[in-house]
Amino acid sequence: MIELDDVGYSYGGGELLSNLSVRLAPGSFHFLTGPSGAGKTTLLKLCYGALTPTSGTVRAFDADMRGLDRDQMALLRRRIGVVHQDCRFLDHLPLADNIALPLIVSGRDMAQESDNLKELMSWVGLTARADARPPELSGGERQRAALARAVILSPDVVLADEPTGNVDWDMSMRLLTLLVELNKMGKTVLIASHDLALIRAAKSQVQARVLRISNRRLQLAGADL
Amino acid sequence: MLRNVLIGDAQADRVVPPSGFTAQLTLFASGAMAFLAVFALALSLASGRLAERWASELARSATLRITAPEDQVAAQTDAALRVLRQTPGVARARALSQEEQAALLAPWFGPGLDLAALPVPQLIEVMEDELGYDAAGLRLRLAAEVPGAVLDDHTRWRKPLVEAANSLRRLGWISVLLIGGAMAAMITLAANAALAANAQVIEVLRLVGARDSYIAGAFVRRFTLRALIGAGIGVALGLGGVLLLPEASDEGGFLTGLGFRGLGWLWPLLIPVLGALVAFAATWFAARRRLKELS
Repeated sequence: MIELDDVGYSYGGGELLSNLSVRLAPGSFHFLTGPSGAGKTTLLKLCYGALTPTSGTVRAFDADMRGLDRDQMALLRRRIGVVHQDCRFLDHLPLADNIALPLIVSGRDMAQESDNLKELMSWVGLTARADARPPELSGGERQRAALARAVILSPDVVLADEPTGNVDWDMSMRLLTLLVELNKMGKTVLIASHDLALIRAAKSQVQARVLRISNRRLQLAGADL
Repeated sequence: MLRNVLIGDAQADRVVPPSGFTAQLTLFASGAMAFLAVFALALSLASGRLAERWASELARSATLRITAPEDQVAAQTDAALRVLRQTPGVARARALSQEEQAALLAPWFGPGLDLAALPVPQLIEVMEDELGYDAAGLRLRLAAEVPGAVLDDHTRWRKPLVEAANSLRRLGWISVLLIGGAMAAMITLAANAALAANAQVIEVLRLVGARDSYIAGAFVRRFTLRALIGAGIGVALGLGGVLLLPEASDEGGFLTGLGFRGLGWLWPLLIPVLGALVAFAATWFAARRRLKELS
């Protein structure tokens, strides 16, 4: 599904990641952990083509990302849902339109998708906030909305960057449950998080592999989690 | 792409936030340019009409001037008319009456001029036929038979007048082209400003799978429609201004009658369409370049 083969990434003259190899198999659930600044977000960006590796190969759905043109990359991103740490909404649009954004840009008939959108908003508990603008939302609402937007096109892969970074424990558990539900639907999930309690909680619900970035390299985390 | 602009996509239009000053700049620039283009077009078309009129009216006529002692004027006039009637290519010739000659001098001497008190030469109006006459041969014959006759075929002063009118026509069209170029430049600047201000929006749209053509289309559609509306308003105001210009008159000379005639009134209606096309091209290229830079 997504495969990193001996990937390295340098920025500003320094090597941030080196010799990373990992394969996100279909239907798998991965956590990516490590200290702040270790390169978790960078690794996620490499997975959805926002960054190009300085060495090695990133393959998504059997295609080398380096060889994709911008149109092909756009199509690829419709198969990879991303929950950004800062959510990244369009502040001039109401929440419902922000969540529906992937549908809108892919040219779907919004009249036909209306029921799906309502169902998804209900799933993340944001039906009552459909007309709110993003700046009016709480941290938890933003994170749930970002998750809803990431999955509205029913992507094969969901990448989440610190999805529980700005929310309390109860909301973290709620978001985690949503991601586990997605995984149970067959979606591949990769969550970047430094929240070990969250990872431990997840391991009780789903069979998750935990990857740790340390000293620019990726390791399979052991039982210390 | 053009089809998409014409059909429109309400959802796509909404994803690009309304951008205040660039919208007003585009509206104002296209309106002002369309307003100016109406006058440049009116000037060009009027100059063209003038050049054609001068060229056709003056090309077929000539003037024969009889300057002779008073007692010989009538005889030389008759002789000249006889020569002209015998000259192939001359359709008709007639001596101007005292009243007609007085009317010609009226702008300088005022009405009621008594020509008998002035040594004014007798003028003969000569109209040529389709084939025209041999001016050099006629001059030689007149020199032999009517010594006081001088043939003026208007070439000397007709040519610079027609050239001046044609130059004005060219300047009018060049002005229209420059106005179009200036409009394209201003809309390009406005589009670039809007694209730069919306870099984060573009990034989000790309992250959720928007193609560049979709993003560019949203901007192009917006700027094209603004240019169309602005140019429409500018043309309406320009046509109003042209309607207020004085009607063509002999007293006003070529400074009057600068408006449109007949089907010429349809020409300004093309300006909003051309303005929209200019905006479309300018925004399309600006958006593609900017999106490439943002890759």
